[in-house]
Amino acid sequence: MQKIHKILIGIAFSPNLKPNLFEAIRIANMFNAELIGVHVGEKTAQKEADLNQVIAEADTLNTPLKTIWQQGKPVAVILNTAAVESVDLLILGALQKENLLKYYVGSIARKITRKVGCSILLLIKPSIERQACKHIVVNGLKDKNTAETIRTSVLFCSHLLCKKMTIVEEISQSELQVQVNDDKSLRRATIAKERLKNREDQRINTLLKGIPCDDIAIKTQSIFGRRGYSIGHYAKVKRADLLVMNAPLKLGLLDRIFPHDIEYILSELPTDVLIVK
Amino acid sequence: MQKKNSFKTFLGEIPQNLFSGFVVSLIALPLGLGLALASGAPPISGIIAAIVGGIVVSLLGGSKVTITGPGNGLVVVILSAITILGEGNAYQGYLFTLAAIVISGMLLILLGFLRMGALGDFFPSSAIQGMLAAIGIGIFAKQIHVMFGNLNAKGSIIELLIQIPEGIIHFLSSSGKSSFYAGLIGIISLLIMIFYSKIRNRYFQLIPAPMWIVVLSVGMYYYFELFTTAAYPIDQDLLIDLPQDVFASFAFPDFSKIYELEFVSAVISITLIASIESLLSIKAVDKLDPLKRRSNINKDIRALGLATVISGFLGGLNVVTVIARSSVNVNNKGSNRSANFFHALFLVAFILLFATELRKIPLAALAAILVFTGYKLAAPENIKKVFKIGSEQLLIFLATLLVTISTSLISGILVGIMITFVIHIIITKNGLLFFKNILKPNVLMFTEEGKYYVSVKNFSSFLNYTKLKSKLDQIPETTEAIVDFSLCDFVDHSVMENMNNYSETFERKGGHFEVIGLDDSKPGSAHPFALRKILPKQTSPKEGILTKRQKSIQKISEEMHYSYDAFSDLKIEELPKFGYFKTRKIDKISNVLTKNSCTIFDVQFSEGEMIAKQVIKATMFHIKTQNNLPKFTLDKEGVFEYLLHFAGYKDIEIHEHPDFNKRFYLSGKKEEKIRAFFTDELILFLESNKQYHIEATNTGLLILSKERLASVNEIKALAYFGAGMQKIIEKC
Repeated sequence: MQKIHKILIGIAFSPNLKPNLFEAIRIANMFNAELIGVHVGEKTAQKEADLNQVIAEADTLNTPLKTIWQQGKPVAVILNTAAVESVDLLILGALQKENLLKYYVGSIARKITRKVGCSILLLIKPSIERQACKHIVVNGLKDKNTAETIRTSVLFCSHLLCKKMTIVEEISQSELQVQVNDDKSLRRATIAKERLKNREDQRINTLLKGIPCDDIAIKTQSIFGRRGYSIGHYAKVKRADLLVMNAPLKLGLLDRIFPHDIEYILSELPTDVLIVK
Repeated sequence: MQKKNSFKTFLGEIPQNLFSGFVVSLIALPLGLGLALASGAPPISGIIAAIVGGIVVSLLGGSKVTITGPGNGLVVVILSAITILGEGNAYQGYLFTLAAIVISGMLLILLGFLRMGALGDFFPSSAIQGMLAAIGIGIFAKQIHVMFGNLNAKGSIIELLIQIPEGIIHFLSSSGKSSFYAGLIGIISLLIMIFYSKIRNRYFQLIPAPMWIVVLSVGMYYYFELFTTAAYPIDQDLLIDLPQDVFASFAFPDFSKIYELEFVSAVISITLIASIESLLSIKAVDKLDPLKRRSNINKDIRALGLATVISGFLGGLNVVTVIARSSVNVNNKGSNRSANFFHALFLVAFILLFATELRKIPLAALAAILVFTGYKLAAPENIKKVFKIGSEQLLIFLATLLVTISTSLISGILVGIMITFVIHIIITKNGLLFFKNILKPNVLMFTEEGKYYVSVKNFSSFLNYTKLKSKLDQIPETTEAIVDFSLCDFVDHSVMENMNNYSETFERKGGHFEVIGLDDSKPGSAHPFALRKILPKQTSPKEGILTKRQKSIQKISEEMHYSYDAFSDLKIEELPKFGYFKTRKIDKISNVLTKNSCTIFDVQFSEGEMIAKQVIKATMFHIKTQNNLPKFTLDKEGVFEYLLHFAGYKDIEIHEHPDFNKRFYLSGKKEEKIRAFFTDELILFLESNKQYHIEATNTGLLILSKERLASVNEIKALAYFGAGMQKIIEKC
């Protein structure tokens, strides 16, 4: 995804409509993209009036909002619209657990996330006023999609005027191949870790070579922990504003029962998450 | 080269290890005999366990200065196994139990290979304490009757305890009989055990107390034999029974009950206790090791398992790591595993050379040693200690203890786990917290500027402690580590106790280990190991119990001559005026250190509102200046996080300081004034120190490092930096 031309947002007439829409409009303007809003349900005069009122309060869009009203099953409608309109980015709002400062992706949004063909931006804290995006955390997995993910993150960085980006390399315990038992093996493990860290840094640096990103402060950070889960924890600890992840290669039934990678993140969003496809 | 040197040191250290092994064998001999007798097994089985353990574990083990042999904890388990499996026939029960011992040894080897040797890490520590106390009571209840010369006391632990007064009366009324003299020796032996440590005579202390008991009772026998005409007043059946030819007739395990439920439960109990006792001992001995080495626990467990298998086949008891003998080894300058080996060799020599003399030891004398150890395990001080940590811990402790002595060890520990878990749910009023998060990997570790930073999420208790432990074990103890619990809603006593252990180990090895993020939590009691529940945001305890971090801050505040108030309701009126706080709402300030016009504090503030709200805690330094300052912000070049509120202002270049311009990003409204303010001296100071984020209003200066709470060392550094900065500014 080198350029974002079309952004799709699902419109639900909930209390979050205004912040969601404000955020989407802002993002669309930043990318100079066309915003498409789809509402699954009947088109009534009341709903239209509400929508227009919100839009009137928001920033003016560079290209006018295209609204689609369609009845049917939410998942199917949104997937279909995304495919027909060939959108580049889908924006979804996350839900908040009651009384807890924890966010998760609802069942509908989760289904969409799994099936949709474009990149997805999951927002946990849409707001009416602009909150600057200051720090983006990107996964640096050893995966063929990672280069694309990093390129997209740089694209987001430059459009969202973000100056700081951290590429996180998650190194799993098994890769370390040294078990810490006593002083000797601890020393070996520490050296092995350092070596792995250097290797990963080098890999990321090669990936970064072809990408123009001079005005962004890019840092690499190795963390040792379970794949997919630790990066969310890291984003939370570092209070990142956006976490960018690779799309999972394939998700079967087993993956849902034994969640890994992205599923962890979906069940407990640490911050806004962008899944690059 | 390295190898030759270490071999040389090994050779050089042989004499001291030889001596240490000798002293240890002096204790191991009576203890081995006594523990075996108390277990209801032939006395020689304890010695076999010590000999096999000493040889096998010293060759294959992973620890350095530990001594292995039969353990206290297993007495109760093996006794009940022999009674239950034997169904009245004690010797047959012993053979069945040997089979159970062999299989539990195999299990231990397996656990060692699976790296799960540290079974104790999966259990709440109060429950383990309760279980150990129950074992102590078990040993005490049985042996006190033997000590009074009565071998026939029977019944459950509780019945035996009730019979004690009756036993004393019986003892007093039986004067003149053989059992009375045995009881007399028992009581004298107990007095030796109790008062041994109080007699500070170098020559007396040369021989350990249990050996004194042996020496005195054997000496008494010879006194009767050689110097008086009266017969030895103690009957043969009240003396130790050793086989005529000690190393010719080994008992062989009987595996015919292997599929029965009682057998399986015996195997489980033996394995459980063997693992827990060994682990606790290894951990405790590592703290004593003068060379500060770390034991390879799983390797040690494997070696113990193998030793147990061999010992079982030869008719010996379980082999575990034992704390008392190990600490004697360390005290006598044992420095490597050869001490354990020599202790085994000396035992062989004793048995071969002094078998006749050993047969003269009255059972009551050995029972006295065990009464003393049993009492030590269940001493009232232990209960007091647990109570200090919190009344809920006492509940767990007592429940485990009572269930263990009234039923069995396995049900005891299960009840302990259940009660602990229920108490945790009641305290947090949130069972979901545990059920939903128990399987999640909740620990994140990464290095940052050479420091290890560990963040723990959701909850941290005995249920998921191994996850945290496996990360912490990877940190070299010579470095600095910070463990942050601020994302945790609940931290239990077992974890707090372990954190304290880590902190001690790091301190010993020259590193630094610090726990942060608990200052806002509500502790269960004043004890440093008390469990902690994180309070809802924005309520701060007005007065309360200081966390370890707060205590350390208090300490350094005295060193640095700052005054400290942990629960201050101070308001720094100027604080909201700083650009940094323009978009952030200050909730509260705590842990305030003040000196003159300088203040260091933890501030809790929030960003955003409603669902976008994030609560952040950070440590900052504030100086109220006398001179009028120009408004500016100064940052590391390339860090743009804080600069939003000064958007529109460019990096101000200071002439003739290209290095400064390259490394720092300085911005503000009145460029000229700012340039004048940044004197050469100030720039030199900034260049030569760690880079902080610095902000100035007209009358104050705010310095901060990271948007999180600082560790004590970081606070020190911050205070030092701030003081230096203030000095230079005041001069202007």
